[in-house]
Amino acid sequence: MDREQQQRLQREEHERHEVIERVEPMPEPAAAARLHRELERTWYVPSGLIGSLCVVDHRTIAKRYIVTAFCFFIFAGLLAVLMRIQLAVPNNHFLGPDLYNQVFTTHGTMMMFLFAVPVMEAMGVYLVPLMVGTRNIAFPRLNAFSYFVYLFGGVMLTVTLLMNTAPDVGWFAYVPLAGPDYTPGKRADFWAQLITFTEVSGLAVSVELVATILKTRAPGMSLNRMPLFVWSMLVTALMVIFAMPSVVTSSSMLLLDRLVGTHFYNPAEGGDSLLWQHLFWFFGHPEVYIIFVPALGIVSSVIATFTGRPVFGYPAMVLALVATGFIGFGLWVHHMFATGLPQLGLTYFTAASMIIAIPSGIQIFCWIASLWRGRPRFHTPLLFVLGFVAIFVFGGLSGVTLASQPFDLQVHDTYYVVAHFHYVLLGGAVFPLIGGIYYWFPKMTGRMMDDGLGKITFWVLFVGFNVTFFPMHILGFEGMPRRVYTYPAELGWGPLNLVATIGAGMLALGGLLFLYNVVKSHAAGAVASANPWNGGTLEWSVPSPPPVYNFLYQPVVEGRDALWERSADVPVVVGIRSDCREVLITDVMDAEPSNKVEYPEPSIWPFLCAVVTSAFFIGSIFTPWALPVAIIPLAITLIGWFWPKSPRAEAPGVAAPVKEAA
Amino acid sequence: MCRWSWGLAIGASVTLLATACQREVRPFQDLTVASDRAQRPTLSSISPGSPSPAPAPAFSPYQNNAYATGEGKRLFDAFNCSGCHAHGGGGMGPPLMDDEWIYGSQPANIFETIVEGRPNGMPSFRNKIADQQVWELVAYVQSMSGQEPIDVLPSRSDHMRYSTPENARRAEVPKQTGTP
Amino acid sequence: MMQSMFHPAGPVAQRIASLGWLLLAVCIVVYVLVMLVTLWALLRRRPVAEDVPRTTRRLTRTVMIATVVTAVILALFTVSSVVAGRGLASPTGPGAITVDVIGHQWWWEFQYRDVTPSDFVTSPNELHIPVGVPVHLKAISRDVIHSFWVPNLLGKRDLIPGQVTNTWLQADDPGIYRGQCAEFCGHQHAHMAFVVVAEPMDKFLAWIQHQRAPATGPASDEEKHGHDAFMHSTCVMCHTIRGTDAGARLGPELTHIGSRMTIAAGTLPNTRGHLGGWVANAQGIKPGVRMPPNPLNPDDLQAVLTYLGSLR
Repeated sequence: MDREQQQRLQREEHERHEVIERVEPMPEPAAAARLHRELERTWYVPSGLIGSLCVVDHRTIAKRYIVTAFCFFIFAGLLAVLMRIQLAVPNNHFLGPDLYNQVFTTHGTMMMFLFAVPVMEAMGVYLVPLMVGTRNIAFPRLNAFSYFVYLFGGVMLTVTLLMNTAPDVGWFAYVPLAGPDYTPGKRADFWAQLITFTEVSGLAVSVELVATILKTRAPGMSLNRMPLFVWSMLVTALMVIFAMPSVVTSSSMLLLDRLVGTHFYNPAEGGDSLLWQHLFWFFGHPEVYIIFVPALGIVSSVIATFTGRPVFGYPAMVLALVATGFIGFGLWVHHMFATGLPQLGLTYFTAASMIIAIPSGIQIFCWIASLWRGRPRFHTPLLFVLGFVAIFVFGGLSGVTLASQPFDLQVHDTYYVVAHFHYVLLGGAVFPLIGGIYYWFPKMTGRMMDDGLGKITFWVLFVGFNVTFFPMHILGFEGMPRRVYTYPAELGWGPLNLVATIGAGMLALGGLLFLYNVVKSHAAGAVASANPWNGGTLEWSVPSPPPVYNFLYQPVVEGRDALWERSADVPVVVGIRSDCREVLITDVMDAEPSNKVEYPEPSIWPFLCAVVTSAFFIGSIFTPWALPVAIIPLAITLIGWFWPKSPRAEAPGVAAPVKEAA
Repeated sequence: MCRWSWGLAIGASVTLLATACQREVRPFQDLTVASDRAQRPTLSSISPGSPSPAPAPAFSPYQNNAYATGEGKRLFDAFNCSGCHAHGGGGMGPPLMDDEWIYGSQPANIFETIVEGRPNGMPSFRNKIADQQVWELVAYVQSMSGQEPIDVLPSRSDHMRYSTPENARRAEVPKQTGTP
Repeated sequence: MMQSMFHPAGPVAQRIASLGWLLLAVCIVVYVLVMLVTLWALLRRRPVAEDVPRTTRRLTRTVMIATVVTAVILALFTVSSVVAGRGLASPTGPGAITVDVIGHQWWWEFQYRDVTPSDFVTSPNELHIPVGVPVHLKAISRDVIHSFWVPNLLGKRDLIPGQVTNTWLQADDPGIYRGQCAEFCGHQHAHMAFVVVAEPMDKFLAWIQHQRAPATGPASDEEKHGHDAFMHSTCVMCHTIRGTDAGARLGPELTHIGSRMTIAAGTLPNTRGHLGGWVANAQGIKPGVRMPPNPLNPDDLQAVLTYLGSLR
């Protein structure tokens, strides 16, 4: 090691330690105001028509994501109401088979790919940078790109339904039904490309989240001090990264079969129709955990805040989340118990599907212990979480019965399964999500939601949910298969279906109340303080809504619940430049400061790139020439996106004002 | 500028709606097609006046319809059209995927060919194939030489591969040739 | 015709139903316990000063015990499922017969093979089985994936193109059971049902014997008229009536249609009126079905119905 290198290492080591300095917890107001002005100028969020397309700010993009996802949620929910009207009485002619098949496929696809996964990731995009104490999400331009790709894909699916071209093969699009021979036209191609759209955006967001969580945590927030919500987003993002390539592969193969006549799924030419099921469910089963694990994080956040105590059994909770992430990949075959696979294999998948109930059980027990230990305050978010416990435990137990291969042979693909997955997805993910919206709404908008109306909404939704979906268990026992557009009167399924339809009406009413509450509170809710619920995580340390730069001084964390365990003379990070978008990079395990990087400025290129990508995806539904043609504009947009900035003159003096302020 | 682009967007979506609806509709119960030649199902034989002669078919109800074209493809195999025409390549009967048309390439011509038969071997399927299915076959026969839009042409089948899928073939320009 | 997994009529469904009751009973007990504990945790009186370390210790112990109990229950479930699953894998008794199940969009074909190919029996949408005898089913699909399912007799078995899947069933009580396709297979998935007729062995054998016979020739003038109309119309392009010129295999065989209970894959009872409506315009009953509207003139239609009714 030569001398120069040694010196450099020493200098770097010195700089690293310089980053954190002890300061007074409240800097003097004048200096803080100056820093605030400077940061606001640096981290500006552009406005105007063009400007709004250039935004790379994680809070703005997350809010767009959430609003868009809820639009799709409402649309798909209305489709569900149409389905329930069709099924309310036997031999109904309200929709007819063609439209019904399109409606149920669009409902499922939209709920899974355009609502559940994106909205959960959006919560992560909004909250993770705030919870880990950084200024923006990692790869901000990729974030902007992912939103536009998602938006265009979702609009495409919506438009296809309006054009009578929506996919009609079910949300898992089994071949050969979804293949070229049995679904002529372009309906299934739109489905396959929608998958590509959402996977591209989902993978992009996951990469951002993983990088943000692992590399930009506030100093002191070692892995064992990360909030449970951040843990759940980390597990989710890693699951997305490992699961989604499988479905991208399978849907691309489907598109190739349909477009250029490959034979991946054609048994006559050596393909295999079961290959699709393996590839799809290798993604499809982790998918339900991708939706549900973030909800677990929301539940933990809400329970901690509304019992005033940290969640019981932090190590057990974290291990349970991680275990769920791993085991979730080992049980896809329980969707294929009826396909005649060898008995020994089925035994393995029965056991694996049973085992995954253990981590879920541990989390439920820990939450109950938290409720026991703490002093619960029954505000709307906690009500939704308690509703989650009541519904999710039920859905989890019906899931355990489905893990049993012989029992599954009877209830597989019946309304019992429909009931089960609505219990675990609507009850297990959407209830916590709505609770989470009530919980973080003040942080996002600066206004409180109406708590009284929220409680009424909760009861309407809770009762409506059970009235809708509980009877479906019994319908499953009585042999009603899923995805039938009508049924004969003689089988006696009519009354329970009518009850379910009435419940669906209540759910719709509950949704309407929630929507009204959001709109009303956004316009005229009570103004929220920085920490209205007395939460313990870092997002509550900044004003509501947070400033564009999130934290005036990046915080230093001294415990799991940063705000509850904060000592009087808490140190803050100084030495980060305020004249450019510089953020602190810390190391993976212990969050020791290790580096500083500059995040990019707002840019139109991600939007243009998303437009070109979308044009390519839609074009490739119709012609394989879309690929060679799209490469050129795609290259142009990427070059523009990554065009290097002229190197900034290293000006140590610029950082000085920050130190002075400190 | 803004208004102009809105107008463009609305115009484009209306065009899309108009074209796509037709291409993807599933015409299950197209009684107008079945009844086009006065074959409406009736429950009584009493009818005023003498039965009118079958009007000549003048239009193809399933042109540009992907579903009907796909159904036609299924029927083409099911009714053993391949027995003579061999998946379009021709054998005992003339090839159907080339640009040569002996009895006319218009949908009405193809309809007549199937229903009435032609000299030198093409049998008449009058009353053997329902009109709706004949029209589906017409749509498929047209697609065999690429006489349909690209998003309507069938792709490969779930069988052994016998020829290039319809959507990967060259679109031929129909050419009238004399009788063989 | 009640369709229910908890009214088993054979050993396969019986074993699954017993397992089902076990799973459901344990799950309901667990659910009630968890909910009671949750309510207790929420509503318990909280002492003013709590001994925090002691509470934490006790909670830790409780959570650990609960986890162990969960694991034990799951192990019990796994073992009982595996035992039940192995019991379902193959029949125990001797004397099994084999039936080929062939799935079509959207109807079922049951084929009883024999050493002599001319003695094959094909029964669309109606599976006849002898009581008390295990019946092997060899299932294939002609188009997309379907799933064979009779809730009262057995769980599902998928019919997968390019593969042969096997399962078996046995009915212990004579009776008529309804089955239905359980894997989404397109427009008329909802109307792809069939009936299973379980009858004593002698009646079953008589049925097979009768089904082997070709169709009886038309007896009356009206039947003769119907026969001719059938042979000169669209019907003949898709259907087989053994003993006549009709030999197409696209649609269900009609050789003994008069003896069947239902038409249109278990959708309608086999009455003259329903059959007439079906022949004239099947699309009005099952939109998307492969049968086109058949514009027969009224005299021909009535005659065809008479003829089909005579094919017993």
